[in-house]
Amino acid sequence: MTTTALRTAAARASDLTKVYGSGDTRVTALDHVSVDFYRGEFTAIMGPSGSGKSTLMHCMAGLDDVSSGSARIGDIELNGLKDKALTKLRRDQIGFVFQAFNLLPTLTALENITLPMDIAGRKPDKAWLDRVIATVGLADRLSHRPSQLSGGQQQRVACARALASRPEIIFADEPTGNLDSRSGAEILGFLRSSVRELGQTIVMVTHDPVAASYADRVIFLADGRIVDELQAPSADGVLDRMRRFDAKGRTS
Amino acid sequence: MFKTALRNVLSHKGRLLMTMLAVVLGTAFVAGTLVFSDSVSTALKNSLSHNYDNVSVRVENSAAGEGRSAQDNNSDAKPLTDATLRQIRALPGTASAVGTVEGFAGISDANGNLVGGRGGTQGANFSPGADGTDTRYPMAQGSGPTTSTQIAVDQRTAQKNGFKVGDTLRVAVNGPVMQLTVSGIFTSDDPALSSGGSLVLFDTATAQRLYTAPGQYGWIDALAKPGTGQDALESQIGQVVPHSGNITLHTGASLTADAKQMVEDDSKNMKTALLFFAGVALFVGIFLISNTFTMLIAQRTRELALMRALGASRKQVRRSVLLEALLVGLTASLAGLGAGVGIGAALKAWAGSSGNLPGGGLTVTPSTVLITLLVGTVVTALAALFPALRASRVPPVAAMSSNDQPASQKSLVVRNSIGLVLAGLGVGVVLLGVSQGGSAGRMPVALGALLVMLGVFVLTPLLSRPIIAATGPLFRRLFGISGTLAKQNAIRNPRRTAATASALTIGVTLITALTVIGTSISTTITKQVTANMKADYAVSTQLGYPVSPQLLAQLKSAKGVTAVSAADSQYVTVNGTDLSLNGYDAGSFDQLVAPDLTQGTLDAFKQGQLLIDADHAKSLDATVGSTVKVAYPNGTSGTLTVGGVYPKSDLLGPALLSEQALRGHTLAPYYNVVLVKTDGGASSANEQALRDATGLNPLVKVQSQQQMVDQFNSLISMMLTILYALLGMAVLIAILGVVNTLAMSVFERKRELGMLRAVGLDRRGVKRMVRLESVVIAVFGAAMGVAIGTFLAWAANGLLKSSLSGLTTALPWGRLALFIALGATVGLLAALWPARRAARLDILGAIKTD
Repeated sequence: MTTTALRTAAARASDLTKVYGSGDTRVTALDHVSVDFYRGEFTAIMGPSGSGKSTLMHCMAGLDDVSSGSARIGDIELNGLKDKALTKLRRDQIGFVFQAFNLLPTLTALENITLPMDIAGRKPDKAWLDRVIATVGLADRLSHRPSQLSGGQQQRVACARALASRPEIIFADEPTGNLDSRSGAEILGFLRSSVRELGQTIVMVTHDPVAASYADRVIFLADGRIVDELQAPSADGVLDRMRRFDAKGRTS
Repeated sequence: MFKTALRNVLSHKGRLLMTMLAVVLGTAFVAGTLVFSDSVSTALKNSLSHNYDNVSVRVENSAAGEGRSAQDNNSDAKPLTDATLRQIRALPGTASAVGTVEGFAGISDANGNLVGGRGGTQGANFSPGADGTDTRYPMAQGSGPTTSTQIAVDQRTAQKNGFKVGDTLRVAVNGPVMQLTVSGIFTSDDPALSSGGSLVLFDTATAQRLYTAPGQYGWIDALAKPGTGQDALESQIGQVVPHSGNITLHTGASLTADAKQMVEDDSKNMKTALLFFAGVALFVGIFLISNTFTMLIAQRTRELALMRALGASRKQVRRSVLLEALLVGLTASLAGLGAGVGIGAALKAWAGSSGNLPGGGLTVTPSTVLITLLVGTVVTALAALFPALRASRVPPVAAMSSNDQPASQKSLVVRNSIGLVLAGLGVGVVLLGVSQGGSAGRMPVALGALLVMLGVFVLTPLLSRPIIAATGPLFRRLFGISGTLAKQNAIRNPRRTAATASALTIGVTLITALTVIGTSISTTITKQVTANMKADYAVSTQLGYPVSPQLLAQLKSAKGVTAVSAADSQYVTVNGTDLSLNGYDAGSFDQLVAPDLTQGTLDAFKQGQLLIDADHAKSLDATVGSTVKVAYPNGTSGTLTVGGVYPKSDLLGPALLSEQALRGHTLAPYYNVVLVKTDGGASSANEQALRDATGLNPLVKVQSQQQMVDQFNSLISMMLTILYALLGMAVLIAILGVVNTLAMSVFERKRELGMLRAVGLDRRGVKRMVRLESVVIAVFGAAMGVAIGTFLAWAANGLLKSSLSGLTTALPWGRLALFIALGATVGLLAALWPARRAARLDILGAIKTD
């Protein structure tokens, strides 16, 4: 593809290997994975349970260390970084959206959104913050606590938190897993629009073909290896590919 | 159900550890107290059982020697004479009989200070048999005293002070110092000596002259011939010795029993005091245990709901939790019992090593074992009662809910109302008690104090929110996001915070109350001494004997003395009211004493008018110029004019009159203290000059103003130190409680912590957050304790005012600030381990936790 050369990688895995345990209990979760996550693109990582998709995300996000190979965010090599540097990297360069929302129950919606910046001791960019809040549609809920918000609203707060500090890349781990389909669609539409309109880079792990269809590109993982890739996917197209892997898995 | 309970205990070993430790500490305190006091009392009783081996019957004259009072001198008390002794010796059942005279005798060191004042300093008569020895006092060196210039001294004292046979000792009984030659050094197993006292022996005639009267004894001990029982001898003696009034007969067996009873009573008092503090520690433990079970049950909601869904009844769930508590309590009590026996042994060894205690084994009675196990188990089960009830109310449907947020907290309205009523009532009752004052107010204040404490404990969740929230801005500024999060965490579960803080509050309340009371008393005393006394020295005698007139004369002639007056303490009746009156020399009065007169002048005193304190002025309805009728000790009576009124003062007493005006109205002077003004004020030279003037009399106590104050203050601070140590256990358990709460909170908030770490809070930030939460809770608990303690101390001072006039509450700000700072330190210490755990948390594991 001619456009490939113009796209720059926000994150890159090269020969990334992750091994758990040793001896008889040795499990290779990631087996020499190489992949680029392009700037301003919404990438979905798909695969059956145990395919290594979450591990890939954790390694790329500096939450887990790698056994060999390289994981980079921008120009920074994660492999070999100490906890302190990793923490700083996560704080300044990476945003997170979790399946279980993971908001602090003691803080208001607004306080949860600005948490990463409070941790860094930085003042949030007011104009940007307002724009993010307006985009997620939470302006009238800012002083509410998480327990006073619906699941969809909580996840929108989580998305706003990830966006507010303008990270290099956002990792979303099954962001719709705990939501009903309507709230899920809202969140996915919101993630897509933040890529299209705000230029954010997002990597999302999911096993839901419908969720994956919101992405610009889908990467398929199986047994710790990248087995396929799909550009501008549709839900049916994704489902189709998944079925093939499933069938392959069963016959092999 | 037993299996589930056991499994639960085993699977929550880690989280129950602190609970166990709290119960172990509390029960160890109880067991240690019981073992120690039982062992001491057994050892003392054993050593006593031989004390009366040579006494079959004792004939005692309670009017002789130490027990003598002013009345006994005048009444027709019957003496025990040599004649009585001969009569007893002549009885058919008597093998031998010996008469004893005993009393105070002080030995002086080179500077005139009393030797061995700690365990009592005694003198007695050496009563040799036909062979010239006294079986009670075997001589190690030399021989017993036979003349009035000789003396024998006990070996321990002799060794400690380097006294040798042939040395000259300064000894005083009650009067001028005597220079006596050491004729012998004897051994004795008298327990008073092993605890630091001294004993000297005079020849019988000298002892009688000093303590009773020539030919008279304090008591006579008779030993029965073989074959004659103690009771038989007692009845034989009873026939020849009239035993009524001051003369009493006791068999050796009854003396031993009495002495044992006394030991028993003493040890019971010590036991009760120690058990009170053990009780406080256990009470603090209740908060910790209850908190632990509440948290465990909150964590296990789904598990419990599953059991209910599978058909377990409420009763079964409740029983299962209580059973768990019983298992924990029993296990911990067993450990506590073991630790307690160890503590008892260690204490006994320590007390024994200082030489105050006869040896002997440890006494672990069955009741000690039973009480310890029962207390530990029951306390644990009681503390788990509410959590167990709450567990039984978990609805089966909770098993299905995927919501992992704890159910919304029940409203605190009912709790707050109860708390407000209790606290309000408590404050009211305390105030009522204070307004009644004296002993009448004691009950209301005690009851009110209890109500206030309970009320505040019930109210703590309500109080915690605004008080802790108020620290928010400060925390935000100082510690950034960690501070904010810490504050939020501290108030997110007010019940838990309250229970944790309250545990600390109990200890701090007691510590504060005692400290404030102690400080108030010593401040008041210091003020009185320095405000009312202009004299440099107050000279009195050991044991509160009156100062003899010879001594007064000696002091007057001392070098550097510019003014001297004795305080002649006499009982008079003024307008029908008995009161004690101090007579001072009119000439030197204004140089020595400075009553803070609210009415009248000191000139009036010099002219022989009466000065009276405000309280008595009021009750006698007397003002300056009014005339009162006075009945004097020697039966004379007359009238006096009131010349002045001063504020009530324990130092000055209720009334002052010049010695000159008192002359001719008393039977004998009773100088309880002599005030001395010296040239150049208090100095070691002047002090030595005073001692020298008395011939280095060991009986004399010379104290400067500062020494009086210091002596009193050191007494107070020593008492406080002991009480602090005893309350230390309660504080220690409270610290465990904070550790426990934090550890559990960290466990519960794993996911939040994981998220915080994921979004960029570093380990230091996490640690700081946990530490700050801990500090907030601990400081909150300590501050409440300081507040309640101060209030209760104020109330107690209101009651004590009747016994210590002019007592006002003085706040030791430094100490109070120190208690709060200690609270903060406790918080920091308690957070060490939980904060580490929180910081070490594996981020992935924390996020994945479901």
